[in-house]
Amino acid sequence: MSELETPGVAVETEAAGQATPEVDPRPRRLVLNMGPQHPSTHGVLRLLLELDGETIMSAQPDIGYLHTGIEKEFEVKLYQQAVTLTDRIDYLAPLSNNLCYCLAVEKLLGLEIPARAQWTRVMLTEFTRLNSHLVWLGTHAIDIGAMSVFLYCFREREDILRIFEMFSGQRMMTSYFRVGGLALEPPRGWQSRVKTFIDVFPSRVDEYEELLTNNRIWTGRTQGIGSFPLADMLDLGVTGPMLRAAGLKWDTRKAQPYSSYEKFDFEIPTRTENDVYARYLVRIEEMRQSARIIKQALEGMPEGRWTADAPHVVLPERDKMKTQMEALIYHFKIVTEGFRVPAGEVYQVIESPRGEVGYYVVSDGTAKPYRVHVRGPSFGNLQAVPRMVEGTLIADVIASIGSMDFVLGDSDR
Amino acid sequence: MIPEELQTIPVVAALVTAQPEAVVGGKSDHGELTLEITPERIVEVCRFLKEDQKFARVSTVTAVDWYPEEPRFDVVYHLHSPERNERLRLKCRLPGANPEIDSVTLVWRGANWYERETFDLFGIRFRNHPNLQRIMLPADWEGHPLRKDYPVTGDRV
Repeated sequence: MSELETPGVAVETEAAGQATPEVDPRPRRLVLNMGPQHPSTHGVLRLLLELDGETIMSAQPDIGYLHTGIEKEFEVKLYQQAVTLTDRIDYLAPLSNNLCYCLAVEKLLGLEIPARAQWTRVMLTEFTRLNSHLVWLGTHAIDIGAMSVFLYCFREREDILRIFEMFSGQRMMTSYFRVGGLALEPPRGWQSRVKTFIDVFPSRVDEYEELLTNNRIWTGRTQGIGSFPLADMLDLGVTGPMLRAAGLKWDTRKAQPYSSYEKFDFEIPTRTENDVYARYLVRIEEMRQSARIIKQALEGMPEGRWTADAPHVVLPERDKMKTQMEALIYHFKIVTEGFRVPAGEVYQVIESPRGEVGYYVVSDGTAKPYRVHVRGPSFGNLQAVPRMVEGTLIADVIASIGSMDFVLGDSDR
Repeated sequence: MIPEELQTIPVVAALVTAQPEAVVGGKSDHGELTLEITPERIVEVCRFLKEDQKFARVSTVTAVDWYPEEPRFDVVYHLHSPERNERLRLKCRLPGANPEIDSVTLVWRGANWYERETFDLFGIRFRNHPNLQRIMLPADWEGHPLRKDYPVTGDRV
């Protein structure tokens, strides 16, 4: 903060007819509200910036504009109803949140999920990663000034949303993963739709790279920007691609595999430059790796049930419900009373496109969660904004915070 | 006290040797390790776990309200060590009247916002916190919504 104490502009005052130079005591600092409606904050984030010229002396993120009390809402919903809340936390990665919540509750219930459901979950969560990274790349590029990338990214994103719609009937708020498996049987003909997409997609990533990777304006705006030490990142709670762009090879999918990720062959991309450009390269490579995972899931998809063999948790199939007495009773009981979950607590962590998502679910033995705490990656990442932008130029703020890829719904909940 | 079978786990053994009075209980279920810590010792325990046991990150800090039971609140810390690839849950029990605990922000700066959130939504005060203000709700909000005696529906009185 020592620059702040530098004296202000020398002004000339005419005192007693004699011109003597004096120092203007007012500091030259300017307080600037960036947001909450600034287009590059993607949601409603307010950054309180204190500027000295174009240099940022301090930055204070102000969040909470999208707080909707989701954690309180969990406590009055039945376990299966609460899945719909998880969609709405991170609206760019609804299936990642579905998955994390379902895994946590399934752990408490001790359910075993059939291979087909696990593989379908992996495949769709990787589609979610592509979806999220595409929106990030398009909007990040548009923030920095590259318009056309956005149009290409949203072209592919549209295909992904159509695949989600095919599986779940919904484009964004999918709620497709349920406690005990999937909401619906995977639709007929999904293989050809996924194959068409995944055969083309790697060449589409090449297109984005052609537009950006060696683009002089892009490299000029992103290289050497927004870096701060890895130790600070860990200390401040940063997770996800930001850590991997700083050289830490840590990905929950590999470190603590869930939903049969250990059966897939993929790499964790890392870089060491630790700047906005490195984060871009990491996410581009993650898209290629996700495409690899989807391809493996498509080719090796196991046959069999798509829900667990747990009639007290999973709704019976429609025709059984109409023809069998027991199925009808289970259906009635699950819909009206829900299912009881043994008392206990679980902290389930998965790797979402943005970083570490954690669901802390506490059960008291009833059919409603006693407490659900959601650890969203955006909340942890946003804490590092002051560390990242203080001392840099205001023109680089947008590139820097864009490289974090936060979603405010995920942070405010 | 800590069950016998937990004492063989390296992190538990190290912690019990370094801070014998701090650990008052523990359990391991669903493959997750939980240790109950006396609230007065939380900062020393966290500092030891970070500096000696390589728990470089605090993943999240939150609370659970057991109203009307006493002690009413559990403050829950989820720690993570990327180096050891381990996770650990710490728990401190606080009374319902004037719940207060020392802040661990000096150990992990990342605890800052999580403690603010817990203060905002549960009304638990974190001593020595650098900026203990509401983070989710407006500054003039009354009450702490995640407490169990805070109504879900109805008009504000």
